[in-house]
Amino acid sequence: MPDATGLELIAQRVRERIGEDAVTGTVFHRRRATLDVAPGSVRDVIAYFRDEDDEPWERLMSLHGVDYLPEEPRLGVHYELLSMERTDRLNVRTRVTAEDPHVPTVVDLHPTADFQEREVYDMFGVVFDGHPDMRRILMPEDYEGYPQRRDFPIGGEPVIYTFNEPKLPRWYD
Amino acid sequence: MEVTRTKVEGSDLRVRQMKAQQLLRGELEGEDLEREVEQRLLFTKFEEAQNWARKNALFPLGFGLACCAIEMITVIGSPRNDLSRFGAEVIRFSPRQADLLILSGRVSIKMAPIIRRLYEQMLEPKWVIAMGVCSSSAGMFNNYAVVQGADKFLPVDIYVPGCPPRPEALIYGIMKLQDQIAGDPAMGWRERYRAYGTEESPDGVDVA
Amino acid sequence: MTEPLQVPYRARERSVTMEPMGEEHDELLTINIGPHHPATHGVLRLLTTLEGETVRDVKPIIGYVHTGIEKSCEDHQYWKVIPFVERMDYLSYYFNAMAFCMAVERLLDEEVPERAQWLRVIHLELNRVASHLFWIATGALDLGAITMLWWGCRDRDLALDLFEMSGGQRFHTRYFQVGGVVEDIPPGFEEMTRKFVKTMRARIPQYLNLLDKNEIWLQRTKNTGVVPVERLLELGVTGPLLRAAGHPWDLRKATPYSGYENFDFKVPVGTVGDNYDRFRVRIDEMTESLDIVEQALDGLPEGPYITTNRKVALPPRHELATSMEALIHHFKLVTEGFRVPPGEAYAAIESPRGELGCFVRADGSAKPARVHMRDPSFVNLQALPDMARDNLLADFIACVAMLDPILGGVDR
Repeated sequence: MPDATGLELIAQRVRERIGEDAVTGTVFHRRRATLDVAPGSVRDVIAYFRDEDDEPWERLMSLHGVDYLPEEPRLGVHYELLSMERTDRLNVRTRVTAEDPHVPTVVDLHPTADFQEREVYDMFGVVFDGHPDMRRILMPEDYEGYPQRRDFPIGGEPVIYTFNEPKLPRWYD
Repeated sequence: MEVTRTKVEGSDLRVRQMKAQQLLRGELEGEDLEREVEQRLLFTKFEEAQNWARKNALFPLGFGLACCAIEMITVIGSPRNDLSRFGAEVIRFSPRQADLLILSGRVSIKMAPIIRRLYEQMLEPKWVIAMGVCSSSAGMFNNYAVVQGADKFLPVDIYVPGCPPRPEALIYGIMKLQDQIAGDPAMGWRERYRAYGTEESPDGVDVA
Repeated sequence: MTEPLQVPYRARERSVTMEPMGEEHDELLTINIGPHHPATHGVLRLLTTLEGETVRDVKPIIGYVHTGIEKSCEDHQYWKVIPFVERMDYLSYYFNAMAFCMAVERLLDEEVPERAQWLRVIHLELNRVASHLFWIATGALDLGAITMLWWGCRDRDLALDLFEMSGGQRFHTRYFQVGGVVEDIPPGFEEMTRKFVKTMRARIPQYLNLLDKNEIWLQRTKNTGVVPVERLLELGVTGPLLRAAGHPWDLRKATPYSGYENFDFKVPVGTVGDNYDRFRVRIDEMTESLDIVEQALDGLPEGPYITTNRKVALPPRHELATSMEALIHHFKLVTEGFRVPPGEAYAAIESPRGELGCFVRADGSAKPARVHMRDPSFVNLQALPDMARDNLLADFIACVAMLDPILGGVDR
């Protein structure tokens, strides 16, 4: 993990290279460095980290989504980057709103993102522009709704106790 | 019934063979005939004999979904809990050749129609064991993705609880199923459970 | 009556060529393997495009055992999440629990006592041995060596007996808790584990004797399913698949966790990256795991087996009768659970299939706000089209067997 000052230096380099508004913040908490990035420049930042930085992060280990409801913007996408040379990890994070959930894809830079971006689309509804095969992967193809959003109901059946047994309809009703 | 044991003189196996041949040909008389019939023949109903044969030669369908599948493979494959003692070690992967469906593991909503298809492809008589709590009643997964119990779309004969059930528990379930088979006349499953109304084709005939 | 054509035998033989059929087919056939199929790897559906007997493309379709575990985790307290998370990669259950507990301990900034760390290592390595035994049992079954099924399951029963001794159940024991392990090992565990290690050390050469010198096995696994290292790294593949291709990346050595730096073990690495190398790497990993277990038993330190921070771990039962604070802590922990300050953590460990990472987001309450497992089988499955391309169908089955996917982890 880069420490707090290392993270600030990284953020500075990204700002110089990509643009002033690419980096929207940094978080360093419990020895974990997170770089907040604007959604439009995620691809450039990941490409920069893979190819051009002095301390490159070449491997994308995990791409996953988080729903930050009730904080806006609501849907977050995390990119866990790993450098095998320096055994170091960095987390890059973007946040998009549910009304406009578009993020450029990184599948041509890191082919490992193929299934993982499909899973984020399936579970949260974040559309990755440029992905060759953007469809549901875990739920059935015709499922409606994005299950892992916080406002999606958990589903299932109510558990029957003695106090609510007379009120729940049974299959023989 | 009096069972008397008399020693057969001479070389045992050869004499027994000859006596059996003579019995079948009708050549035995009198006391010989009485003794042979007492010792060799068993009278029963045809259904009982049929059920005895069915229960001791179950062909499980090789079907495993999740963690319970591993315990099922342990039951079949491990020398400690050996399913061939009960005659059920022949795992047939084609549903047309199997008669016992052991639903081992959680049934997700994407998998449920496929299991239903498999069940309908199996030939009569067929039985279902819901192994583990996930297939009996969705277990701990009370959520959007798991069918809350396999009996929502399949008739289940035996529920084996446990997460996962021990191999001994599954064997106990299979033994209970054997008792059920011995007692139950084999009807088509729709008559057995009075389950009409869910056929695929409008004439009331299952397609598969 | 005409005489049948009298062609001498040798002349008849000469007209038959023994060249492979090769490129004569130009018709592609797309068939569906699964989700119910004789290969016992769970409900994986493979849309295979075949040209004759050669596989041209394969698309894995997953989701048939998707259980919504990650969504269920948001609804339960942290210690209740551990049984959920254990059932993801259902063959290496201790590893799932370990990743989750490590992530939560990072968020809580909690120190795990040394004895707990070493106990965790013992159980993790025993689970690695059990997982590889099951892999070789079913993998060899897929390829036709059915004796390995009996042997693998027999030896796995011995390991599961050990888990039953310490955790009470053969599978999904909920033994790892946040802050340590739930209970100390009972007397007799050490002796039985040493006996198990000795037995396995004698049995692994027997497995190699059975498979390694078998001409059919060698022909089926050597030089089949080769993927270059760069492509594997691009696809994010980790674990024995990557090590078989020659890249020595093992998280136990690269970023040691839970006391792994105290143990002296080797990391087996292959050369070519074919199915044979994957098989040998895993068998050798079993031997190394047995070494680690023995070293851990030799040097097991004394001390508490769970953290003494009463705000996180339950107090021992005898204290409830004497101390009021212990009673209050017990009550709060059981009814509400411990609260974790807001933050995010990602903890990665080396599971038998690769890098298993757990991402936990806490929002200050007693329930996690997001739990996500970066499952190795999910990412390794993306390597299957590359492994299968332009190989025969039989080699493709060997590739699936050696890839070791666990569909519970893939679908979560």
